[in-house]
Amino acid sequence: MVAKTDATKVLEPLIYDLGSPGRKADTLLPKCDVPESDFRAELPANLLRDELPLPEVAEIDVVRHFVRLSGLNYAIDKGFYPLGSCTMKYNPKIDEDAARIPGFAMLHPLQDPTTAQGALALMYTLQNWLAEIVGMEAVSLQPAAGAHGEFAGILMIRAYHLDRGDTKRTKIIVPDSAHGTNPATSTMAGYTVIELPSDERGDVDLEALRKVCDDTIAGMMITVPSTLGVFDENILEVIKIVHNCGGLMYMDGANMNALLGIVKPGELGFDVLHYNLHKTFSTPHGGGGPGSGPVAVNSKLAPFLPGPIVKIVEEASEDGGAPLYGWYTPEKTIGRLKAFHGNFGMHVRAFTYISLHGAEGLKAISRHAVLNANYVRVKLADTYKVPFNRHCGHEVVIEGRFPDVPDVHALDISKRLMDYGMHPPTNYFPLIVPEALLIEPTESESKETLDKFIDAMKSIAAEARQDSNLLHSAPYTTPVSRVDEVQAAKQLVLCCRVPNFSTE
Amino acid sequence: MYIPHTEADRAAMLAAIGVKSIEELFEAVPAAKRFPELNLPEALSEMEALWNVQSLAGANAAGSEYALFLGAGAYNHYSPSVINHMLLRGEFYTAYTPYQPELSQGTLQAIFEWQSMIAHLTGMEAANASHYDGATSFAEAVTVANTHFRGARNKVILSPNIHPQYRAVARTYHQGTGVRFVGDKSGSAKLEDLIDLLDEKTAMLAIQYPNFFGQIENMHGLAEKVHAAGALLCIIVDPIACAMFRAPGDYGADIVVGEGQSLGIPLSFGGPYLGFFATKKDLVRKIAGRIIGETVDQDGRRAYVMTLRPREQDIRREKATSNICTNQGLMALAGCIYLALMGKHGLRRVAELCYHKAHYAADQISELPGYSVQQRLPFFKEFVVKCPKPVKDINAFLFEEYNIIGGYDLSQDYPDRENEMLIAVTETNTRAEIDDLVEALDRANN
Repeated sequence: MVAKTDATKVLEPLIYDLGSPGRKADTLLPKCDVPESDFRAELPANLLRDELPLPEVAEIDVVRHFVRLSGLNYAIDKGFYPLGSCTMKYNPKIDEDAARIPGFAMLHPLQDPTTAQGALALMYTLQNWLAEIVGMEAVSLQPAAGAHGEFAGILMIRAYHLDRGDTKRTKIIVPDSAHGTNPATSTMAGYTVIELPSDERGDVDLEALRKVCDDTIAGMMITVPSTLGVFDENILEVIKIVHNCGGLMYMDGANMNALLGIVKPGELGFDVLHYNLHKTFSTPHGGGGPGSGPVAVNSKLAPFLPGPIVKIVEEASEDGGAPLYGWYTPEKTIGRLKAFHGNFGMHVRAFTYISLHGAEGLKAISRHAVLNANYVRVKLADTYKVPFNRHCGHEVVIEGRFPDVPDVHALDISKRLMDYGMHPPTNYFPLIVPEALLIEPTESESKETLDKFIDAMKSIAAEARQDSNLLHSAPYTTPVSRVDEVQAAKQLVLCCRVPNFSTE
Repeated sequence: MYIPHTEADRAAMLAAIGVKSIEELFEAVPAAKRFPELNLPEALSEMEALWNVQSLAGANAAGSEYALFLGAGAYNHYSPSVINHMLLRGEFYTAYTPYQPELSQGTLQAIFEWQSMIAHLTGMEAANASHYDGATSFAEAVTVANTHFRGARNKVILSPNIHPQYRAVARTYHQGTGVRFVGDKSGSAKLEDLIDLLDEKTAMLAIQYPNFFGQIENMHGLAEKVHAAGALLCIIVDPIACAMFRAPGDYGADIVVGEGQSLGIPLSFGGPYLGFFATKKDLVRKIAGRIIGETVDQDGRRAYVMTLRPREQDIRREKATSNICTNQGLMALAGCIYLALMGKHGLRRVAELCYHKAHYAADQISELPGYSVQQRLPFFKEFVVKCPKPVKDINAFLFEEYNIIGGYDLSQDYPDRENEMLIAVTETNTRAEIDDLVEALDRANN
């Protein structure tokens, strides 16, 4: 598993290859101000380590290396990023400043709560805001990502049934359009997955749903609006059918950016949902995380929340005074989902983001996200097949294929879009749409940006017909051309060699 | 709001769509529930929002005016300036998961370097991109052990000296999978007692190194015994300790996990942190999370790409190794920069400074009347102090009189460890702070 780095062309050397034996950044650490203990005498020799195969570089090497690497990335700060189901909206800079205030950044998670009242107040307020936005009873901020929130939700559903002595429920229903995390989560919680087909309008097939609903169903996971980009017209009926068989309803909140001030899932009858703060409330995606996936529940599931969560332990003694906040673990909790209290830095960012919007701002977010997606939908409908061509939510799915040029695939269109300076939409998801391209423009983007994207997509369609090879070999303008994924999996180089390794 | 639309834009877009108002686009939402009120405060300007969070942050006792001796899984190590400057580059932090390698070579190469450094540091053969934190890394290690034996072995032996929250998280993760956890019920089981629990149903034995109490247990011969029973050995490590002490891979671990927060990531009240996960190569197809591999592009340039993808939820769905999708990518970048910057020489120096200062503090405290330091086993940067009165009372005194945030009250997790305080000392604690702590502890007893 060691890389062969010499035979191929290298964009940027590995950090190990930039060093030289003995080179170091020596300004970072203080001199030892206590008597140094003689650990070589104190400790058994076979306990100590002699070799430490890490880079030997100067600070300037590190800075230049990572600045150059950053230049090889595309990002929201560079341009349009319509990655469906990911909500790549603008990440306000102020949120970054807020999370880095020393009073937050230097706060230890196990400090006595009386010495962390500001952080607890922020979390308490965020819990309440998140409950209000979706019409739920209670919130836990502990889950670290959407999939982690899903896991919390399904474990709560499981605990709820077991608590009632209802042990025969072994299945979770998941539509075939669902994110892969939904079935994976159900399995992790020990459930069997029942996959449900969608009807020709992209909604849940009610007949199929009625057929599978019985007293072995623990619940159903569904995304609203659906991953096909549409609001299920029968959502109330879906919820009723599942509730009638004793199952609970889980809403995957990945698409909450279409729902702020539009509808409260709790009022529709959902029992539990998760947020993705890194989508809806614009905490940055960070090249793959960290995220934050709070869970919101109604009163049925509130006793099962993962803890600890924040509550007021002593009301303010005077008007306008601050109450005393403390930790609280719900009495029938499913347990702890991670160490400490969640990705607090993300809570600070989301809190700041919601503060900057207020109720009216949040409503405007979803309205404009949906306006943008529908605009793209109608503008592309004469060039690309839109399989569910009705009013969509905050994203729209199109088919990346042309009947008259059968060798062009969604992937080719995506790669060619890179040459137009834009990030491609999500490819091949949802799985039930052939050659799917899932486009989520977000509210951050102006009409001009959308028009440029629409023009690029039309231009690519024309290119496909003129010379499909142009698409097959794209992209041409990116730091690397198409990469060989088969070789990566076959030779499996997951770790680099250590050059110039010297033993001290 | 961050919405660029003008009135003219909206009108033109609505006309193109063929509706009169934005509201018309929501007709599929049940009318009775459509457009609810949101009971939220009015929007603040950027300036006001900043004042608001600054005021909240100001209500926390954190920052340079406090001396921190609290660890227990989250440590106050120094984070070099370079890290924050790099993390604030929008090219890194406003990018998504690197699904499109042509547009993500920066992120991909950085994670490849992270994987490499973690593998080298732990003495293992491969590592993944990251988990949510050390505790969830450990829970996923249990999943690997469970699936490795396809259900034929479902017993996992936990040392009681593993961080209590890590053990709790592993139990939360596995409440529906049929895994049985044993070994940590009494709180006093020794390594020999755990070895006695090995049998043909054991999938994995897990220990922490240094353990939750900062001690280094004698692990020689452990892996041989675990392997002789046909089970896997998981070692939870402190990455800073790995710079000074024998690598866990050297002890024969099959899986090494841990918390990467020590690698230049601020305390931030518990997150975002970073779980790392390293393994031997024969288990690599069974682990969760993203893995970056080296390859070439069509023109023969070296390139990096997410690999072994068929383990993951978006492809394997209910048969995936885990549901994990978003991980802690940017934190792995922070850890990667930290390891590069500290490097071979600096990381060892960080570890030695921690060792010297912790031992200086322990020596002083052990001289105090009424206090004793548990030194039966070697320790690294944390140690247990038996106090003359409840830790809660002592900590209140330290805080009020000295601006010192004292150690962790072990009676919260171990009822038989009344009056025992777990003290952490790192390179950021000055001699003056340590001397203050010693004086304060002495006075707290009088």
